[in-house]
Amino acid sequence: MEKNVKFVQGNEACVEAALYAGLNFFAGYPITPSSEIAELLSGRLPASGGKFIQMEDEIASMCAIIGASLTGNKVMTATSGPGFSLMQEALGYAVMTEIPCVIVNVMRGGPSTGIPTHGSQGDVNQARWGTHGDHSILALTASNHQDIFEMTVTAFNMAETYRTPVILLFDEIVAHMRERLVIPEFGELPLVERLRTSVSEGIDYHPYLPREDGRLPMSDFGGVHRYNVTGLYHDMWGFPSTEPRVVHELIRHLVDKLENRVNRLAHYKEYFLEDAEYVLVSYGSAARSALHVVKERRLRGERLGLLELQTLWPFPKEVVHEKCAGAKAVIVVELNMGQVLQLVKMAVGDPERIFLANRIDGVFITPIDIMKILRLIQGKGV
Amino acid sequence: MAVNKYLRQRFFPHLWCPGCGHGIVLNGMLRAVDKLGMSKNEIVMVSGIGCSARISGYVDFHTLHTIHGRALAFATGVKMSRPELNLVVPMGDGDALAIGGNHFIHAARRNIDITAIVMNNRIYGMTGGQYSPLSGQEVVATTAPFASIDPSFDVVELSKAAGATFIARTTTYHVKQIDDFIKQAILHEGFAVVEILTQCPTHFGRKNKQGSAVDMMKLYRDITTPIGSKAKQENPNLIERGIFVQEEKPEYSREYDKIIERATRG
Repeated sequence: MEKNVKFVQGNEACVEAALYAGLNFFAGYPITPSSEIAELLSGRLPASGGKFIQMEDEIASMCAIIGASLTGNKVMTATSGPGFSLMQEALGYAVMTEIPCVIVNVMRGGPSTGIPTHGSQGDVNQARWGTHGDHSILALTASNHQDIFEMTVTAFNMAETYRTPVILLFDEIVAHMRERLVIPEFGELPLVERLRTSVSEGIDYHPYLPREDGRLPMSDFGGVHRYNVTGLYHDMWGFPSTEPRVVHELIRHLVDKLENRVNRLAHYKEYFLEDAEYVLVSYGSAARSALHVVKERRLRGERLGLLELQTLWPFPKEVVHEKCAGAKAVIVVELNMGQVLQLVKMAVGDPERIFLANRIDGVFITPIDIMKILRLIQGKGV
Repeated sequence: MAVNKYLRQRFFPHLWCPGCGHGIVLNGMLRAVDKLGMSKNEIVMVSGIGCSARISGYVDFHTLHTIHGRALAFATGVKMSRPELNLVVPMGDGDALAIGGNHFIHAARRNIDITAIVMNNRIYGMTGGQYSPLSGQEVVATTAPFASIDPSFDVVELSKAAGATFIARTTTYHVKQIDDFIKQAILHEGFAVVEILTQCPTHFGRKNKQGSAVDMMKLYRDITTPIGSKAKQENPNLIERGIFVQEEKPEYSREYDKIIERATRG
């Protein structure tokens, strides 16, 4: 019998994983359907030596976690659509200043207040382009609680490795659903700790001078190195600069550090893709129904496969291209108007073969919904 | 006294206009730190956006130059995670009380140990002289060519109502009060507000015909008076200077220790 088995909500799986990864500071503001994350952490964090604060809004929450990350903590906030909109400016600040942090967006239907108690996957593009200006971003998702756990730990690891904000794009359905979660033993999943500078006191520390491997060792605020952090374009000391070379090099660095590693950052799962004639591409809760369809039709001899994406940004276009290359048709299954559909079209490069199976009414897409589309594509009628 | 040891020479020249009052505030702030004998490593300065916010870059502390209006929210994260650090947050009037008004009142309500310095020049200087929530009525600005109809906040009354436990006001004319008040504000355990009237001859003074920087400072001398003075009784329009509030109340980041204690008692 396994020791650490729980029957929990997806939001609780995220909390367990964040604590496993070493989270010790959380700031947040109540919003459906993410509030359970804040509620649980308000009790769990002080019990494990961490800190929790409920801020006056989501803007302040995002700002507070950035401040707490600078003193050497692993930090997180959690929100949903309207709050995620409010966080965008500070999110861009974390991108620009390269401060590790994790932002959970439990997606609900938008725009505006939308449909707070129902699921959606409508924030995929907002995660990519919500904050202004050129940049790159990391966004992960998951379709079940075990994967929520693993992706949450991965998010913390990526945040520390690449000194960047990482967005966890879960959806209301997975977040509020209850299912089994096996919490891994400590040591089972690798954890990345903060890389701190080895430069000693009195020696000029360059907070924004990348090492040969591209990483930037940090120094905690309150430590022996005093330096400047700014959202302006800045040089290796963190001093503002309008020098064209400095501006150019910094934006290239911010984009390249992620975009040059698209394949390494790509997490995905594949089911029956080897001989698949029809490939479903899906993620988050929608991938559960997609997997059901694939397994069920396989029993009847239909050659269906599923590519389940877990890294949404940077979009794993080479993986998608390769996995969909031999398919007669590709069906993107998602709970929006086709945000990942457009990316798949670009990645596969043959838009006539790419179709959408979606729902945009706040209701979870069912296997029957997907089958109806599949039958149309197969020319078998409805 | 040498304030040079607190300055980042590499960062100069500064961007302030000739006659700007912000340098006087910076000087006062550094004198306060020097008198307190604090280590530079213990001080974190967090600022937002605006002329005032650039102070953080010029000083050799841990410095965080953030986004417009949110400095106190960033500072709250730093303070909560490392309560032993001293947080100083210089802000302009727009930064503190227009876009940042919500964070200002909530930081005051929590009584978190942060020193907020409101450098009030009654104008948005960096963006070219638009009116702010502290401009007040009949002020001419680039967005109020026929004069402003907006009433202004009173920083002292607002801070008091929001729960700040140390509140003081002075001007750039009264230089000795600047370092005295900032020193006391840093020593104070709780949310401390120091409002400093500081001249912007470029945008406020020129448009409102207040003359040179020196003229504007002389005006601060003439339109202000110590708290409760006889002059104030005779002329209620005078602006009071001094320490308005100084009281002991539980400080937020220390209060959280009680939560940790309750949570770990099991």
